[in-house]
Amino acid sequence: MERRVFLQVAGTVGAGLVIAFRLPDRHGVVPFAPNAWLRVDTDGAVTVTVDKSEMGEGNHTALAMIVAEELEADWSKVKIGAVPENPAGWSRRMSTGGSTSVRTSWDILRKAGATARAMLVTAAAQTWNVEPASCRADNGTVVHIRSRKRMTYGELAQKAATIPVPENAPLKDPKDFRLLGTAVPRLDTPSKVNGTAQFGIDVRVPGMLIATIERSPVFGGKVKTFDAAAAKAVAGVRHVVPLDSTPWTGVQGAWGVGTESGVAVVADTYWQAVQGRQALKVTWDEGANASLGNIPARLAALAGQSGAQARKDGDPVAALVGAAKRVDAVYEVPFLHHATMEPMNCTAFARADGCEVWAPTQNQTRAQQVAAEAAGVPVEKVRIHTTLLGGGFGRRLESDFVAEAVRISKAVNAPVKVIWSREDDMKHGFYRPATYNQLAAGLDAQNKPIAWTHHIVAPPILLKFGPLQNGIDRTLIDGASDIPYAFPNVSVDQVAADLPVPLGFWRSVGASQNAFVVECFFDEVAAAAGRDPYELRRELLQTKPRHLRTLELAATKAGWGTPLPAGHGRGIAIAEWEPTTCAEVAEVSVAPDGTVRVHRVVCAVDCGPVVNTDTIAAQMQGGVVFGLSAALYGEITIENGGVKQSNFNDYPVLRMPEMPLVEVHIVPSSDTLGGIGEPSVPPTAPAVCNAIYAATGKRIRRLPIGKVT
Amino acid sequence: MPPYSLLVNGKRRAVDVAANTPLLWVLRDSLGLTGTKFGCGIAQCGACTVHISGQAVRSCVMPVSAVGTNPITTIEGLSASTTHRVQKAWIAEDVPQCGYCQSGQIMAAAALLRRTPQPSDADIDAAMTNICRCGTYQRIRAAIHRAAKEA
Repeated sequence: MERRVFLQVAGTVGAGLVIAFRLPDRHGVVPFAPNAWLRVDTDGAVTVTVDKSEMGEGNHTALAMIVAEELEADWSKVKIGAVPENPAGWSRRMSTGGSTSVRTSWDILRKAGATARAMLVTAAAQTWNVEPASCRADNGTVVHIRSRKRMTYGELAQKAATIPVPENAPLKDPKDFRLLGTAVPRLDTPSKVNGTAQFGIDVRVPGMLIATIERSPVFGGKVKTFDAAAAKAVAGVRHVVPLDSTPWTGVQGAWGVGTESGVAVVADTYWQAVQGRQALKVTWDEGANASLGNIPARLAALAGQSGAQARKDGDPVAALVGAAKRVDAVYEVPFLHHATMEPMNCTAFARADGCEVWAPTQNQTRAQQVAAEAAGVPVEKVRIHTTLLGGGFGRRLESDFVAEAVRISKAVNAPVKVIWSREDDMKHGFYRPATYNQLAAGLDAQNKPIAWTHHIVAPPILLKFGPLQNGIDRTLIDGASDIPYAFPNVSVDQVAADLPVPLGFWRSVGASQNAFVVECFFDEVAAAAGRDPYELRRELLQTKPRHLRTLELAATKAGWGTPLPAGHGRGIAIAEWEPTTCAEVAEVSVAPDGTVRVHRVVCAVDCGPVVNTDTIAAQMQGGVVFGLSAALYGEITIENGGVKQSNFNDYPVLRMPEMPLVEVHIVPSSDTLGGIGEPSVPPTAPAVCNAIYAATGKRIRRLPIGKVT
Repeated sequence: MPPYSLLVNGKRRAVDVAANTPLLWVLRDSLGLTGTKFGCGIAQCGACTVHISGQAVRSCVMPVSAVGTNPITTIEGLSASTTHRVQKAWIAEDVPQCGYCQSGQIMAAAALLRRTPQPSDADIDAAMTNICRCGTYQRIRAAIHRAAKEA
């Protein structure tokens, strides 16, 4: 059914101008759509428009809950609508990342729901010829309190659509919330247990061809020659298309696209394309990076350089010189890959007059720009159809997979779905930076910590937007320069390593490595001071109440200080994903062969106001698993200018037999609303490594942990 | 190319594909059954798990020519209307996050419960080797125990 969209300006909602749309339904009836975020149909169905991608974090359900709460909707009638297809015409940048979906939508969606509720109440009051104040909204209906007359939202929708939009509809008092703060089943679960959920890789478009791409094995290499004859001889292969590279680094703030030079084989089916690719003959000009490797040594070699100062309190150099005791250590972390379960893919149809894109993207706004550039059409002529995402973790903030699909579609003049193999996905990612960290701390004669210095050597992610400002990549110091402990003298600085490895935002970004470095070294400081690591943290967090109560809840629930089975050890760590704080206590043992077994992780989180308790539990559990995979196994190695690892056999991740019991405790809090997708990742590695020390006396200063021998 | 006659979810389906085509791509590209997912292509992750004669099989490495007359069940054919006890348990525990691996997880769990109606945690560890990057393992375990109880 063709639906025409009529636009009208409906005033301002929240921070930005919101364009309201009204869609005639199939009977030509105008449903009630007072703002861009929700619509009430005459059958009472409430459709919430979200401008966020659902990649597993439960944000669609959470956003719908916020609207439904203020609307006083009947939750059983609430549905999620499609993500708007024209990001350039939307009221704000469309992307999903940084655990921001709820906190950047909270005010807007509450106001949207409250506005609609006020209009429905007014519509009912006018129908009954009574004062709106004598009526109230109740679970998808409006009731006249005295007479107990009642009308459903569906019955009121048409009349409500004629009422002027009020500017300051009152919000509910949080004490009256009935959905928010409870455990609500996810709206998307039924479709995810019967195979009907549609991910990017499931898109089918009439006339669609399927492509696979052979990309340069070396970063920045170029196709020298290719012979397509054998590939084209494979049944079903229709086209062979060379593709240019585009740098991952950005220019003047524009997000670099980051595609490798390659050759696409386009066929009727994926398997035919794969067979064609195997028959393809390509020679490469590998360029300047052909011998790139041994990254840890390259980073270590740069450690002698002085870095750009990110934080300096007091005189840390003098304090270290004058310290009664000094602790020194080097901590290293490797590159990591996102390894989403759904490999990268995108479907595109580039025509002369416009372009359709079906993509599992976290970044609709950038995807639209990249597609427009690749198709050679104005941005407004690109439609981005957002599918479900089979995991994101930051990888799908990039738009390289969109650019490739559009370029191939344009070249072959047909809709094309590009599917990456797992090997393509593993070897052509945007990696979490490898970092090298020199740390020093000083204690005075009373064993009181007086100085902390942290010298970071790392390749900057932010080059993807162009040259660094002041030599600092703020993502690389996140969780390091904001160390919460009360040291009187602190220095954190950063040396930007120049490496040609494409980098990206990996779930919890800089905090993912810095929490490991900071929280493990803090444990070393506590040991040097002869202090319990939990008690010393408490002492130095006295001015950080949110940190303190989160830490204390985790320690209490974990039974910190109580006896453990022989050979087991407990470790504690805390990190902030501003403003959310998350603390974890891990309990581990190490087998005689050095295998680490994580038995239990107790996780406490303070994310401020709670939307869905069950989603918070799920995200904390999932973040712990993500953190454990990285801590125990995760390592991307650069050899001969490319990525050595290829699939889950050599990039192992946590599986069921290694899964610890994860207990989640939410700190009761009315503090600033924070996100929940990322906060439980950073404390996981340090909690486990500190527990290994408690169990064995061995410090882990380099990840992954591997075997402890 | 020889045509293959497959019995998929109780229906006879004829497909004309190369003999080495993995069953996964026959299901997805030829038959439009996209509930079964591609994750790794080397039988590592289990996203492609289907049943062949009731056994959990990783369809990404199963050539169509090897299937023969054995009946195939995919996630779409597990139950008529999401009523299989494993699916109901998955809903009750609200297991999925991104959901991409869950078809394979559910098919692996259904095969386990057919073979071992009351699985221990060790049975679950041994049988459930599918990867979930969102980290839903704890809920998968709970859902399998729940489904076992409701048998």
